[in-house]
Amino acid sequence: MGNALRFSRRSVLKTMTAVGGLGALGAGMPWTSALAKDLVIGFIYVGPRDDYGYNQAHAEGAAAVKAMPGVKVLEEEKVPETVDVEKTMESMINLDGASLLFPTSFGYFDPHMLKEAKKHSDLTFLHCGGLWTPGKHPANTGSYFGYIDEAQYLSGIVAAYSSKTKKLGFIAAKPIPQVLRNINSFTLGARSVDPTITTAVIFTGDWSMPVKEAEAANSLIDQGADVVTCHVDSPKVIVETAEKRGVFCTGYHASQATLAPKGYLTGAEWNWAKVYTDYVKMAQGGVKIPNLVRGGLKEGIIKTSPYGAAVSDAARKHADSVKATFMDGSFVIYKGPIKDNKGNSVIAAGKEHGQTDIALESMNWLVEGVVGSLA
Amino acid sequence: MDDGSLGWWGVPLAVLAGAIRISTPFLFVSLGECLTEKSGRINLGLEGTLVMGAMTAYAVSYGSGDPWLGVLAAGLAGTAFGALHASICGLERVNDIAVGIALMLLGTGLAFFLGKPFIQPQAPQLPAISFGWWSGSAQVRSALQVNALFLVGLALAPLLLWGLRNTRWGMVLRIVGESAEAARAMGYKINQVRLLATACGGFLAGVGGSFLSLHYPGSWNERLSSGQGITAVALVIFARWDPMLCVWASLLFGGASALGPALQSVGVTQGYYLFNAAPYVLTLAIMIATSSSRHRLAGAPAELSVTR
Repeated sequence: MGNALRFSRRSVLKTMTAVGGLGALGAGMPWTSALAKDLVIGFIYVGPRDDYGYNQAHAEGAAAVKAMPGVKVLEEEKVPETVDVEKTMESMINLDGASLLFPTSFGYFDPHMLKEAKKHSDLTFLHCGGLWTPGKHPANTGSYFGYIDEAQYLSGIVAAYSSKTKKLGFIAAKPIPQVLRNINSFTLGARSVDPTITTAVIFTGDWSMPVKEAEAANSLIDQGADVVTCHVDSPKVIVETAEKRGVFCTGYHASQATLAPKGYLTGAEWNWAKVYTDYVKMAQGGVKIPNLVRGGLKEGIIKTSPYGAAVSDAARKHADSVKATFMDGSFVIYKGPIKDNKGNSVIAAGKEHGQTDIALESMNWLVEGVVGSLA
Repeated sequence: MDDGSLGWWGVPLAVLAGAIRISTPFLFVSLGECLTEKSGRINLGLEGTLVMGAMTAYAVSYGSGDPWLGVLAAGLAGTAFGALHASICGLERVNDIAVGIALMLLGTGLAFFLGKPFIQPQAPQLPAISFGWWSGSAQVRSALQVNALFLVGLALAPLLLWGLRNTRWGMVLRIVGESAEAARAMGYKINQVRLLATACGGFLAGVGGSFLSLHYPGSWNERLSSGQGITAVALVIFARWDPMLCVWASLLFGGASALGPALQSVGVTQGYYLFNAAPYVLTLAIMIATSSSRHRLAGAPAELSVTR
């Protein structure tokens, strides 16, 4: 051991200069190594990427990135929200040389992605759905999400015109803020057309439970709901059940129109292709990637499915006019006075929460007209 | 309440409908496992068989356009898995529970791998028979849309019970399950009997899986089974290895599973996590109520490795 540690002064100096020089080079041009060869990008999905839902929406975005020049895309699906995702990230980084990672599921963020980001501070980690906070989260991480509730509001308007029983059904996975915001916006949209409408909510407890989702859809329809929608990972089963029972439905995540040719009214869809290709262009151009990306219909992160044949002209006209005000940025969904479904005032009269207001990202109430509770 | 809505009557109706809709996979897997366990072996791999059956049925129904061909293919896939389990367990000093777990993982893994191209397409579904023609209510009519497989399962249970009690085949199966030594002394080939019993059990489990993908919920995806196969294995113990009791246990479990969503839809929204756990709580409660520390579980085959 003693022998091996005895270096000559010359060799020590030589090594130090070399390392220092490399370091300075790297610091000056952060994307040097990436530009030299392809930019390697890793996408991680929590479920199968062809699930007609959440993961398919992301995979469609990844496919758009794949078509860009100078990139290599890695994908891994069905990665649980556990230490498994850390292993997946490690292998993408160490074995494949990924320098930009997109762990797309909500539960990947804390602690898994944050832990990896601290360990690999020279790489970029971008997460879908989380809320990046300066000072609290590492600078090489970021989060992006879309105001898909704008599209849900439009779905609510269309649903209200199509419903005869004035009862809508919403099948939701878990009572987290993003889900509650969709339920509330859907209901507010419907009640803007007819204030007597109610939305019954069923929480299934997890993101993908096909049997329970089918059972929930049947129960809602038995109780008179004639338009159902959902916020679960794969709306396929719910849309198919609604079609079988002969009621209307609106879609979520991706278009399910082909699954319900008669009953599909419209739907709220992600447009991740835009978000991902924008990010990759920034990375390739050496532009600093923003830590917090948000946007809705106006920014092109969200889109709506084309109207189904069953949608009336009045509904189309009304929804299109509201959509136009979303597109010019003048429409505010959460405008007081708004009461929750227990009768408490949650947004006072005269107060407005615009879409970018992060107060909305910690929503913990259900709006008046929703039949359901959080626990 | 508006017209067309059932209000509180929706809850018993949903439980009844749930009992019919959800119970079929439980019924088939538990009947199959009942048969296997009567021969003195536990096949825990039925979860994998169920998933494999669901995938095979969906793929064959999609490819051929005939859902019944899918059911048959699912049964054959199940038979192959059952035969594999039995032939491995037929070797010296092999633990049937360990082999079962291995086959459970193999079955689900293989089904996910082979099932990839079938997540997107829609396969032709099994038809349902309407028993609700007498009712003016759309809800009742929908609840009484009964699948033929459910009826087959219902008919199979008394047939199995009768067969186990009154036929020579049934007797041989029970001797092998109760005392392998006695069976050997009488000149029966134990491994062969168990092979047949496990293969038949696999067939039924595969058919149970086809119900999941071809009728309710009626599509193939990788999270289709939320442990129905393994729950059904537990139901056999719950049902004391009696095919008729398997029917009741499956119906009870199906009905209890429907309770959570049904209560939420009528506005009982507090504590839905608890209601969703209802089937499991119920199973535990009945198991505790009927267990005894003084004697062996009534009806348990004596050769079963867990009770021996």
